Amino acid sequence: MGILRIVLIRVLYAAALLLAVLVLNFSLMHLAPGDVADTISQSMGGADQEILDEIRVSYGLDQPFIIQLGKYIANVAQFDLGYSFFYNQPVSKLILERLPATLLLVITAQIAALIIGVVLGVISARKPKGISNYLVTFLALFGYSAPVFWTGILLLITFSLNVHWFPVAGMRDVTIEGGFWTHFVDVARHLVLPAVTLGSIFLALYSRLSRASMMEVLGSDYIRTAKAKGLSDHQVVYKHALKNALSPVITLAGLQFSAVLSGAVLVEAVFSWPGLGTLAFQSIIARDTPTILGILFFSALVVIVGNLLTDLALRVVDPRVGGRE
Amino acid sequence: MQPLLDVQNLTIELTTRDGVAPVIDDLSFSLNAGETLSFVGESGCGKSMTALALMGLLPANIGRIASGHILFEGDDLVQASDAQLRKIRGNDISMIFQEPMTSLNPVLTIGEQIAEVLRAHQGLSRKAAWTQAVALLDAVRIPNPKGRAGDYPFQMSGGQRQRAMIAMALACAPKILIADEPTTALDVTVQAQIFDLLGDLRKQTGAAIILITHDMGAVAEMAERMIVMYAGRKAELGPVDQIIDHPRHPYTKGLIECVPHIQSEMSTTRHDLVEVPGIVPSLRQFGKDQCLFASRCRYLSEACLASRPKPQEFANAQSADCWHAGDL
Repeated sequence: MGILRIVLIRVLYAAALLLAVLVLNFSLMHLAPGDVADTISQSMGGADQEILDEIRVSYGLDQPFIIQLGKYIANVAQFDLGYSFFYNQPVSKLILERLPATLLLVITAQIAALIIGVVLGVISARKPKGISNYLVTFLALFGYSAPVFWTGILLLITFSLNVHWFPVAGMRDVTIEGGFWTHFVDVARHLVLPAVTLGSIFLALYSRLSRASMMEVLGSDYIRTAKAKGLSDHQVVYKHALKNALSPVITLAGLQFSAVLSGAVLVEAVFSWPGLGTLAFQSIIARDTPTILGILFFSALVVIVGNLLTDLALRVVDPRVGGRE
Repeated sequence: MQPLLDVQNLTIELTTRDGVAPVIDDLSFSLNAGETLSFVGESGCGKSMTALALMGLLPANIGRIASGHILFEGDDLVQASDAQLRKIRGNDISMIFQEPMTSLNPVLTIGEQIAEVLRAHQGLSRKAAWTQAVALLDAVRIPNPKGRAGDYPFQMSGGQRQRAMIAMALACAPKILIADEPTTALDVTVQAQIFDLLGDLRKQTGAAIILITHDMGAVAEMAERMIVMYAGRKAELGPVDQIIDHPRHPYTKGLIECVPHIQSEMSTTRHDLVEVPGIVPSLRQFGKDQCLFASRCRYLSEACLASRPKPQEFANAQSADCWHAGDL
């Protein structure tokens, strides 16, 4: 099967999945008490039933559920995610503004956690009785059990307030002027602490899993064969063992994509990172239904794309996946 | 003439939950250039351990060489450094493993797994090593070797994988090829093909072969000399024909009787299959100063339990570690 065909089939699956997500999200939001009319009337300092009804009619909230749902899906199919009453902007514009920041944070945290986690896992698997193994185990347990917001605040206090290595909040310093690289460095400096905070949980998972996976692989017959061929330790570990040990780690990383996204909400809140998480948080408080639905839709999209990429990565690492003809 | 390989008083200890057991106990043998020597015995008698020790691949932290020497062309492999051993492994001494299904790396192509040996030991370029790998696949009679070199192990049958293993082991034209039950995991027709192949390749390359097996038929066909192992000790050693003709150790005798014979004349009565009664002693029994086969032996006497039998020598360098060897 060609890789294109696989991608095509996956995209069709993804479309069906997205539709289900849309229906489910919309229904859930509909079930929750309170709507935008309540929020608007609240901000006006209260309103009588007549005005409330008027607002509802103008936003189409008076129509039956099934019609609202149908309209919503029809709109989304045309890439129209609705209009945010709270921000007075189209939702898609709102989200696309925030999405790059979140993607930057999430992808940096994921990739850094994966690479460092695998390296730590391999190091500790090679010497199961060495001091590095205990160090990695401790680090992993700590990273996994510490709540994200707590880690984040602790890092903030230490590295921003006490030693001033990194900025406290936000994504860029508006007072800075200069070319692309100046801004690049500025964003990178803002990125370090949130990425470390978000990555710490996943680093723990990946290092533990790659350690276990690596130890199993190192005991297998084909590793003995590789040694019997007279290959160097380095080749045996990094060429013969690692490629085999990576499959479960990549699978887990793909599954964790949604967790990384939801973790980003907390991390963005702690570091005032101008991403989807902060937006989601604010729009939930404001009962801004179209925005919340839009964010949920985009999260689903990101997770589905993440899973698709995971699948493709697995195929690269392990030729047995999917079965060549 | 100096033998190619000279193993002297080799003792290998394995650390288990019950303590330390000598899984190879005072084993001496030699291997001449171009010769085929067969190791025979039940599972757990130390055949594979001997092979791993020769390769310097005993399981780390569990097995270790307690005493003895392994002289390869005069150099003691027991004292050799890791770097020295790496130079020898896959180059001068190489090994074919029991399980072709799991002994090949599932995520690397067959061609690459052969080519990397050539790159490691002969310093060939990527391209030259690949060409050579294809030639080796052709030599082990894999059809369409050019196409198959790019295949992964899961795309090959068991017999083809074992052929690929053999190609890999022979890549650097080793002086010694250790074949650890190369056909156990394969079905009978493929077994015969693999033995044919090994025999032919041996004629072409002049490699000495250490064949580990419990297939007496294969021993008779392939090997000049054989060592019968029992519970980590040598039971009998000597020329194959002579031992099969007249075994001097009760265990050897039992093993030979175990082989079912196809009757040359069909008759209604068939011989019962013979077995060696009892089982191999547990690791805890290893190393005791008595005959370890005693509990299963029909020639048991007091002497057998009093002390470990000394080798009894016979014509043509046949020797058997049994107090009753002369009477058998």
